[in-house]
Amino acid sequence: MSIVKELWAFMRIRKKFWLLPVLIVTLIVGLTLVLAPSAIAPFIYALF
Amino acid sequence: MRILGISAYYHDSAAALVRDGELVAAAQEERFTRVKHDARFPFHATEYCLRQEGVGLADVDFVVFYDKPLLKFERLLETYLALAPSGLKSFRMAFPLWAREKLFQKNLLCRELKGAFGVELDWDKQLLFTEHHISHAASAFFPSPYDEAAILTMDGVGEWATTSAAFGKGNSLDIRKEIHFPHSLGLLYSAFTYYTGFKVNSGEYKVMGLAPYGQPVYAQKIFDNLIDVKEDGSFWLNLDYFNYCTGLTMTNERFDALFGGPPRKPEELLTQHHMDLAASIQVVLEEVVLKLTRGLAAETGSKNLCLAGGVALNCVANGRVLREGCFENIWIQPAAGDAGGAVGAAFAAYHMALGQPRKQSAHDGMKGAYLGPAFTDEEIEVRLKKIGAVYHSVTQPEMIEAVAEALKNEKAVGWAQGRMEFGPRALGARSILGDARSPQMQSILNLKVKYRESFRPFAPSVLREDVSEWFEMDVDSPYMLQVANVTRKHCTEMTEEQKKLFGIEKLNVPRGDIPAVTHVDYSARIQTVHRETNPLYHALLESFKAKTGCPVVVNTSFNVRGEPIVCTPEDAYACFMGTELDLLAVGNYLLWKEEQPAELKRNYENAFSPD
Repeated sequence: MSIVKELWAFMRIRKKFWLLPVLIVTLIVGLTLVLAPSAIAPFIYALF
Repeated sequence: MRILGISAYYHDSAAALVRDGELVAAAQEERFTRVKHDARFPFHATEYCLRQEGVGLADVDFVVFYDKPLLKFERLLETYLALAPSGLKSFRMAFPLWAREKLFQKNLLCRELKGAFGVELDWDKQLLFTEHHISHAASAFFPSPYDEAAILTMDGVGEWATTSAAFGKGNSLDIRKEIHFPHSLGLLYSAFTYYTGFKVNSGEYKVMGLAPYGQPVYAQKIFDNLIDVKEDGSFWLNLDYFNYCTGLTMTNERFDALFGGPPRKPEELLTQHHMDLAASIQVVLEEVVLKLTRGLAAETGSKNLCLAGGVALNCVANGRVLREGCFENIWIQPAAGDAGGAVGAAFAAYHMALGQPRKQSAHDGMKGAYLGPAFTDEEIEVRLKKIGAVYHSVTQPEMIEAVAEALKNEKAVGWAQGRMEFGPRALGARSILGDARSPQMQSILNLKVKYRESFRPFAPSVLREDVSEWFEMDVDSPYMLQVANVTRKHCTEMTEEQKKLFGIEKLNVPRGDIPAVTHVDYSARIQTVHRETNPLYHALLESFKAKTGCPVVVNTSFNVRGEPIVCTPEDAYACFMGTELDLLAVGNYLLWKEEQPAELKRNYENAFSPD
């Protein structure tokens, strides 16, 4: 639950509420990926 | 007041402890776990920092993490969104990691600290986060010897910023300008690191070492196609040639076409083409950094410059800023990469968030970077006995005399003394030493001791008082972050025929009185040794000078390729027994290779995966 609070505070401070729908869709898509077999993370600087 | 700075989860995790504005301990996790660039939570480094100070986690007032994960997540989301659907594959790989771990970093940090130290802090109040480039800027300015300075930080990327220009005065630090992802000098250099077949994030210094073998024939092509640089040093990359935003490689097919072929595969033969590419990107980097520093000097009017961020480890560029830039004084954070973010985070919280005043000292606040663990003679003897090592217990003057004599006789010496260094350089606490006058020393150390690529040069340690006699430089360079040429009187001009030699063959031509540390372009990456910060190492160089007339020795890190620098006497002994080092001096104990039990010998050549 604290992550939801943090994300809300984050969007409020950064004035980026337009990220909310993107975030929801991303989390839904992402959830399917999390449940999928794990892939090895690539070691490219910018990703992390 | 005690503040613990933490850098973790990306690469080179580290911990640092600041007490009442004084940095008292700092170490990288890799030195304890023996895993190079270890990115896991720095349990061992934190435990060491607390032990060094004789306190527990409950005695720490604030814990500060060196960047802001949610801002980084915002950058990822916006980048994927802007370039969708091209980054789907990369997104599929990156997202699970974020969803499982990185998004919950605050909880993770609390859990890790509580699990390791059994202490529950008031996390909402006592756990702080600083921005990545503020951590870098704070690590550059607050421990510097200046009351006011311009600050430039450059790296691959933090949250959004890749380059920041700031001004520091007293206990305040004001970020004036930033260049944001994906436009990044660090990532441009890393793209060439990748293209020339080295590992991104660790092979950049190899590109820098390779550059003097080549000609910058592609520099104009890079300026024409890849980067648009303005007069004040601000720049814009042409992303048509890069793949790092959403792909799994640094460069793309257009980049290949521009430079005439696919990237070099790791360990594939290096050709003149790769050397020319290295020389070209090095020149481009230097030009951009010079413009950035000139712009910063004009804007701030300061005569002092502080540098940090991974790009500040490019000592060749630093040398040019010193010689050709607009600043009288330059100070570079020795742990300029992400490990140093732990130091910066702690200082940023102390001065910027809590408004505490700065302590000024005659020297800088990094204490020569000797911030890691030390071992007493009693501890060393117990440990050596336990291993079954054969050793001689001597007095300190006898130890210095024996090591200086061995160096004079062209022996390769392992030197583990006092507190371990913080940062990527060995500075005379965990070093392998050799005679800089020996024409064979470079290849002996590269191929028989370090097991690394033969093109890579070695760096000199020189007595501070003698630096201008041997090198075209007369400033302090205690952290081996400045490059200057060997003075003419100690150089031998190469013949026209020798100049035509290719790559490593050129390195084998004796180019002066200290060939082991003179690169093919007569440059050297210099460490000045100061009596105030490392009296023992200073005494060794004085003894060597008394015997040979030369105050310069080869100083390379005490490890083999792919291994973290040694920390404990056991690590030092293992590396000593796995390589062709002749003598090990650990504390006041001398160990000769020929006296060691044969069964303790190890094969170290392939013990670590290449970096």
